[in-house]
Amino acid sequence: MSTPAAGSPASTGVTPGTDNGQGHGSVRGYLVGYLAAAVLTIASFAAAETSALTPSSAIAAITVLAVAQMLVHLIFFLHISTSPNQRTNILAFAVALLIVSMIVVGSLWIMSHLHANMMPIDPQMQMNPQMQMNP
Amino acid sequence: MQQDVVMDMRAPNAAAEAHSERRGVTGFGFYLYLLSDCILFATLFAAFAVLHAAVADGPTAHQLFDRRNAFIETAFLLSSSVTCGMAMLACDRRHITSALVALAATFILGAAFLALELTEFAHLVSDGAGPGRSAFLSAFFTLVSTHGLHVTAGLAWLVVIAVQLRQRGFSEGVVRRMFCFSLFWHVIDVVWIAVFSFVYLIGSAS
Repeated sequence: MSTPAAGSPASTGVTPGTDNGQGHGSVRGYLVGYLAAAVLTIASFAAAETSALTPSSAIAAITVLAVAQMLVHLIFFLHISTSPNQRTNILAFAVALLIVSMIVVGSLWIMSHLHANMMPIDPQMQMNPQMQMNP
Repeated sequence: MQQDVVMDMRAPNAAAEAHSERRGVTGFGFYLYLLSDCILFATLFAAFAVLHAAVADGPTAHQLFDRRNAFIETAFLLSSSVTCGMAMLACDRRHITSALVALAATFILGAAFLALELTEFAHLVSDGAGPGRSAFLSAFFTLVSTHGLHVTAGLAWLVVIAVQLRQRGFSEGVVRRMFCFSLFWHVIDVVWIAVFSFVYLIGSAS
């Protein structure tokens, strides 16, 4: 009986059929992803700590680093790729991304408009405590 | 589940094909659930982004958050994501000892993350910065503890998988659950990237 041998070809035959195009990756792939994610994490904490960046450029840097790290996770850990047998996955992912951005950008947009309209009516409602000390 | 084991023993080719299809369908369904979970988190992130300045004259993010703590939490969760991947690779090789060791490492790192998060929550509440203090803190606690609940559920799931792995070995059902768990755990880690970047780093920048 070659059960152990039969076990592994069966499993390698199974994996491409799952939504993981190339199976579950390799040790090397995970370690490369680990290293890249660690570097990006350290960079974004450094960007937050440093005084070399202006607040707005620190925010931009942290956002870019976060998106980059998410991509690293998607590629190296979740094995999302653009291979043809992943088309359905990519499509579902794109729809989810669209909904997520509609929720986040839409909420911020609408609420900032409402907030701007509220300001002249009632200064007591001002959200920023530092601005209350100025007038 | 029983059926799976029986099928494994009989016709390897037919069984493998059926399993392949079953795992593909289950995996895709679980993937859709994970995407819907991301949408749930998006609503909480939107609420936090809108309310992060609504501190009601209470403590601000800058005064409250400890970046060192967030950094250690990130290190724990990232490492647990990698050990979870190692468990999945051991599962592909059908190597039960390394799979169990990797799962145990994943559990310990995840539990350490959760312990740090709960300690932080306890500090905030004892300092009078509980979820009832301001809209900002309500949004913060809702977002971060929803993530923490996912981690807790993941840890419970992990224990069930480890027990089943010991009892049943690499039956198709256990492997399928393990595959779904690894997707879940990686997505939890992706959500955490957004949490530490937008809540702990950008939120406390100004």
